[in-house]
Amino acid sequence: GPLSERRLMDVRLGELPTWLVTCDFSPQGLLGGVRRAWSSYYNKYINVKRGGPAGISMLLAGYCLLSYSWNYQHIKRHRWRKYH
Amino acid sequence: VLHTVRPVHTGQQRLAPLPPLPEKGGEVRHGLIPEEFFQFLYPKTGVTGPYMLGTGLLLYFLSKEIYVVNHETVAAVCILSVIIYGVKKFGADVAAFADKLNEEKVANALAVKNAAIKDLEAAIEEEKKEQWRVEGRSYLFDAKRNNVAMMLETNYRERLMTVYSEVKKRLDYQVAMQNLKRQKEQDHMIQWVEKNVVQSITPQQQKESVAKCILDLKTLSKSAQATL
Repeated sequence: GPLSERRLMDVRLGELPTWLVTCDFSPQGLLGGVRRAWSSYYNKYINVKRGGPAGISMLLAGYCLLSYSWNYQHIKRHRWRKYH
Repeated sequence: VLHTVRPVHTGQQRLAPLPPLPEKGGEVRHGLIPEEFFQFLYPKTGVTGPYMLGTGLLLYFLSKEIYVVNHETVAAVCILSVIIYGVKKFGADVAAFADKLNEEKVANALAVKNAAIKDLEAAIEEEKKEQWRVEGRSYLFDAKRNNVAMMLETNYRERLMTVYSEVKKRLDYQVAMQNLKRQKEQDHMIQWVEKNVVQSITPQQQKESVAKCILDLKTLSKSAQATL
């Protein structure tokens, strides 16, 4: 289909800049994007009859990574070696 | 104008109920990495590609100390080991319990639906029987009409009888009156005649009649003696 209506995974690498231009970066657009991503994740991993630990564990792992990256500047001071 | 015409139900009509939830979620390997990632790397690197990538990344982060080993690492290892042990040991039981809860809910809903269907079917049967009964209406009305006609007839005849008896009573009364009157007149007249006759018999006449009777008797006795 047309470029603006394709999802990120269906966009080729060369078309990425043009796709980014057609993207909607207004607050409503971003909010809609976040909502769509959340609901697609939900419908794939959580709204099922027999789910497993995967649904929540991925969210928890993402949270761990995010919080680690937010605190990286502080953690950097507890390195063991000065030169790598 | 209160009753405006407004188009309703113009959207796409969905004839089926909501689609059921999918049975299983998206495939995830080791509980953390979706299967799509492995499929994405498979054409270029085969089966071991993602694992090599993971090992390489881990060693890189450790050696460059982008991931710093500190007290939090120890805590994370302990927590993760406990969680993984718990999930591996009790996962199946918890899943079975949750499935049982779901089963009960679905069974309840199904029971309600079946009960409703049964009630409606029974109502349909009742309705059919009522419709069959309606066909007998004509007989019922005929019987009722006969009853009413008979009652009317009976009433009419009773009234005829009443009229007849009343008229007869009056006529009998008249007849009885006339008879009574005639009888009274007769009695009265006889009495009057007798009274006058008795009155008219004077003592003179009485003696003459008695003498004549005696003469008659003597002659009669003489004739009787003569015949003997």
